[in-house]
Amino acid sequence: MSDELKNIRNFCIIAHIDHGKSTLADRLLEYTGALSEREMTDQFLDQMDLERERGITIKAKAVRLTYQARDGHVYQLNLIDTPGHVDFAYEVSRSLAACEGALLVIDAVQGIEAQTLANTYLALENNLTIIPVINKIDLPNANPIKVKEEIEEIIGLDAAEAVLVSAKLGTGTEEVLEHIVKIIPPPKGNKGASLKALIFDSHYDSYKGVVVYVRVIDGYLEKGQRIKMMSSQVEHEVAEVGVFRPTMQIGQKLSAGEVGFMAAGIKNIGEIQVGDTITTVINPAHEPLPGYRKVTPMVYCGLYPADAGDYADLKNALEKLQLNDASMVFEAETSEALGFGFRCGFLGLLHKEIIQERLEREYKLNLITTAPSVVYRVTVNSGQEYYIENPAKLPPPGKYIKLEEPYVLATILVPQEFIGAVMELCQERRGEFKNMEHLGNKRPMLSYKIPLSEIIYDFFDQLKSRTKGYASLDYELTGYEESNLVKLNILINNEPVDALSYIVHKDKAYFRGRQLVEKLRSLIPRQLFDIPVQASIGNKIIARETIKAKRKDVLAKCYGGDITRKRKLLEKQREGKKRMKQLGNIEIPQEAFMAVLKIEEK
Amino acid sequence: MGIGLYIHIPFCLKKCNYCDFISYGFKPALVKAYLTALDKEMALYSNSLPPEEKQLETIYIGGGTPTCLRANELYEVLKACRHYFTWPPEIEVTVEANPGTVDLEKLTVLRRENVNRLSLGVQTDSDNLLQVLGRQHTFEQAVEAVCLARQAGFSNLNLDLIFGIPGQTLTSWRECLAKTVNLSPQHVSIYNLQLEEETPLWKKVKSGQLKTCPEETELAMYEQAIEFLKDNNYIQYEISNFAQTGYQCQHNLRYWRNISYLGLGLSAHSYLARCRFNNTENINTYLNCLTEGKLPVSRVEFISKQVEMQETVFLGLRLMQGLDLIKFFARFGCCIEDVFTAQLKNLLYLGLVEINGLSLRLTKNGLPVANFVFREFV
Ligand SMILES: Nc1nc2c(ncn2[C@@H]2O[C@H](COP(=O)(O)OP(=O)(O)OP(=O)(O)O)[C@@H](O)[C@H]2O)c(=O)[nH]1
Ligand code: SF4
Ligand SMILES: [Mg+2]
Repeated sequence: MSDELKNIRNFCIIAHIDHGKSTLADRLLEYTGALSEREMTDQFLDQMDLERERGITIKAKAVRLTYQARDGHVYQLNLIDTPGHVDFAYEVSRSLAACEGALLVIDAVQGIEAQTLANTYLALENNLTIIPVINKIDLPNANPIKVKEEIEEIIGLDAAEAVLVSAKLGTGTEEVLEHIVKIIPPPKGNKGASLKALIFDSHYDSYKGVVVYVRVIDGYLEKGQRIKMMSSQVEHEVAEVGVFRPTMQIGQKLSAGEVGFMAAGIKNIGEIQVGDTITTVINPAHEPLPGYRKVTPMVYCGLYPADAGDYADLKNALEKLQLNDASMVFEAETSEALGFGFRCGFLGLLHKEIIQERLEREYKLNLITTAPSVVYRVTVNSGQEYYIENPAKLPPPGKYIKLEEPYVLATILVPQEFIGAVMELCQERRGEFKNMEHLGNKRPMLSYKIPLSEIIYDFFDQLKSRTKGYASLDYELTGYEESNLVKLNILINNEPVDALSYIVHKDKAYFRGRQLVEKLRSLIPRQLFDIPVQASIGNKIIARETIKAKRKDVLAKCYGGDITRKRKLLEKQREGKKRMKQLGNIEIPQEAFMAVLKIEEK
Repeated sequence: MGIGLYIHIPFCLKKCNYCDFISYGFKPALVKAYLTALDKEMALYSNSLPPEEKQLETIYIGGGTPTCLRANELYEVLKACRHYFTWPPEIEVTVEANPGTVDLEKLTVLRRENVNRLSLGVQTDSDNLLQVLGRQHTFEQAVEAVCLARQAGFSNLNLDLIFGIPGQTLTSWRECLAKTVNLSPQHVSIYNLQLEEETPLWKKVKSGQLKTCPEETELAMYEQAIEFLKDNNYIQYEISNFAQTGYQCQHNLRYWRNISYLGLGLSAHSYLARCRFNNTENINTYLNCLTEGKLPVSRVEFISKQVEMQETVFLGLRLMQGLDLIKFFARFGCCIEDVFTAQLKNLLYLGLVEINGLSLRLTKNGLPVANFVFREFV
């Protein structure tokens, strides 16, 4: 092994949500001097506005640190901070492939939770060396002994290697760094072999074009090199390479074992695929790296520009965002009510929310989203099977013989005293009990088979509130099963609105129909005439409400000469109108298309 | 072309429960400082405005409650106007007054100084409702104020009324209108009560102590007022304003015709040379600025042609005679139909506006939903 490789460590930080990954990353950055005290902010790597506002990590982030270890050597540490929320598990799995080791952070109060397990399994699948880090030991009710037991009994790792830290106070930071250097193996690669670099992420920069995040496995990348993407075979010339420290810093070259970025003036976004392998044009590698498993979106919804003129902008924005978030998929669709837009697939509702907000903020788009839906499978009379990502596309009753919905296997870690509450919740959500084990003879873990559609909305919130925050959830798709489902149609002013139709279990259809029309009545502002709002199954109306005409919209007080105030007021109301969609001569606010979400169980 | 002059007197005996105007409790020392500052502000404009913009066409002293000043203080304000501006005789000069703050002496001084229009905040005939509003007077005092005004020689009187007060009914409103008409004012203004956030009244409604009138009732009250006043020879010339022939408020007409005015005093708004600007709303800032000899202007907005057209339309539509299309053309050099093609088409189709001869105006159906119409133009 070359000396250069010997002093490199590539690792990611993984954990259940909120166990302190980003805070630990702060300490590592600080300790190694990557950031001065002045530059330091809490969860420094959570740079996106959305991340800071919500206090969670959404995007995995790579940084290079330089650390002088106790053994006297200087090490290059490539750290990747990952998100903890289940919706962003894909970010974690991509990061793992760029590393040899992982810091598994565990909250000393909460102990092992569902994503602790899920992420550990991911790390093990990728053959990573895992260092358990027990965090938040400063908290009064921290119980590192118990957590150590759990590490041994539940995960089966040697807890003797666990580091006790308080990422908040900085306790144990050096210990963590020493463990990284000692325990995580250096990368293997061969600098002399043909170039193989794994694309694990990317983003779009208006000057540089696509900035590709790579882990070089073999060979090296440097400026001026002719390279090609192994799956698309497109060729480019490397314009610059560099590393994140944590800001982008241009360097000479990236060699086997290193993590960094590369830009090649790539403007055509479609050419870059996360998981692809970069090689050189001259003396290329024969085999690409294994790459990534394709992700299956869990939920779909329609995304439409509020202003039809923004369609091309939306398309462009989606393409650019996809570059930075390969787990989102989209394809064009049209709706009678909403015009031209896209059906987009997401890993969960938080993911959807984040993408929508990023589109609105980073690309200044005004969007209408339809209610999220899972993908149904329908077998039509001819025997052919179709996947229905948009409820509006479901053939009318009588035209199909079988309608199936996706199921997941949900595993829920929960303290003994809340088992009853969790079982009740799963029952309400059409769950089928599968199993209950006690992890390490202690922590009860329930498994349920549940329709995905029952999980994606507010299941998690309910779970948290019914278990005082103690339960944690993980789930994976298991397959399709037939269910007694019907399509609920919504008619506004006697016209069916395709974007509002909704597939629901028959037992809940009547109730949901009522709730939905009531909700719509309260959401749709009164207009200059009466508007009936109805819910129907097939031709049968099951619920009806009327939005009474607005007869008075005037008589604001006289503000003397303050015309500006008056105009601003009108403008504000007008802005409100812009956020509405014109259906015939009715204005429907954007929230209305999401009404289904808002009525989910109270 | 001259200007309309507005002077703001930001003092009241006590804040009313629904009020979100800029107005402070009456404190003699503060008033004195304020009047000194106001004088300085007039001086500053007097030194800088070109003569034609010092030529007054209307004067309006509003508030607050201007009549909570003493007679000699009011006199000083008027004297200063005369000193710093060109004040032709016979122009409309209005002072706002509240019952309980007027006496014969004050009114006589005003009349003598050429104030020829008095606008009285009567609001309602019911003492209970006056209490709900937190007004500092009874209806009896309002009647008394009207008599005093006549005695002092005022022959152009406006009475302000409010409808939609929590507890008010259609019947009691009708009675209020009848009693008002009995006082034979030349002009009546009626306002639908607005609940402004954080006012005491708003809080009471929010907490459920008081209940607002249902929307249908408010609409019925409005329609009833229009009819009742019409039957009594008050011509509706604006959404909220009614006058006997020849008594339309010239000053307010300037706002609706979107022509120039200068506002002085705390928080006052001005529109001169295609600029809208306004003074600070903070009394200390106001006083300090003028002590330092600076204008207390806190915001200036240049009005583009596009915005000017929008404003001209939505303000003009407030007038029952509508927007004069020839004048619009003369002012902007283009036809309204070419500027607001789609909006007009839609509104004409909905029957909310009509083009009658050479004016564009709200229809009977458009009147109660005027804001809907105005929104189309911004
Ligand atoms: N008391 C205490 N609080 C901590 C410690 N480490 C992190 N926290 C707090 O825990 C919360 C979550 O910390 P983050 O670093 O954002 O957690 P994360 O694991 O990166 O979260 P996600 O990226 O959203 O999964 C924050 O409020 C931190 O301040 C610690 O050592 N002690
Ligand atoms: S009198 Fe007028 S300005 Fe004064 S507090 Fe009452 S409503 Fe407000
Ligand atoms: Mg984080």
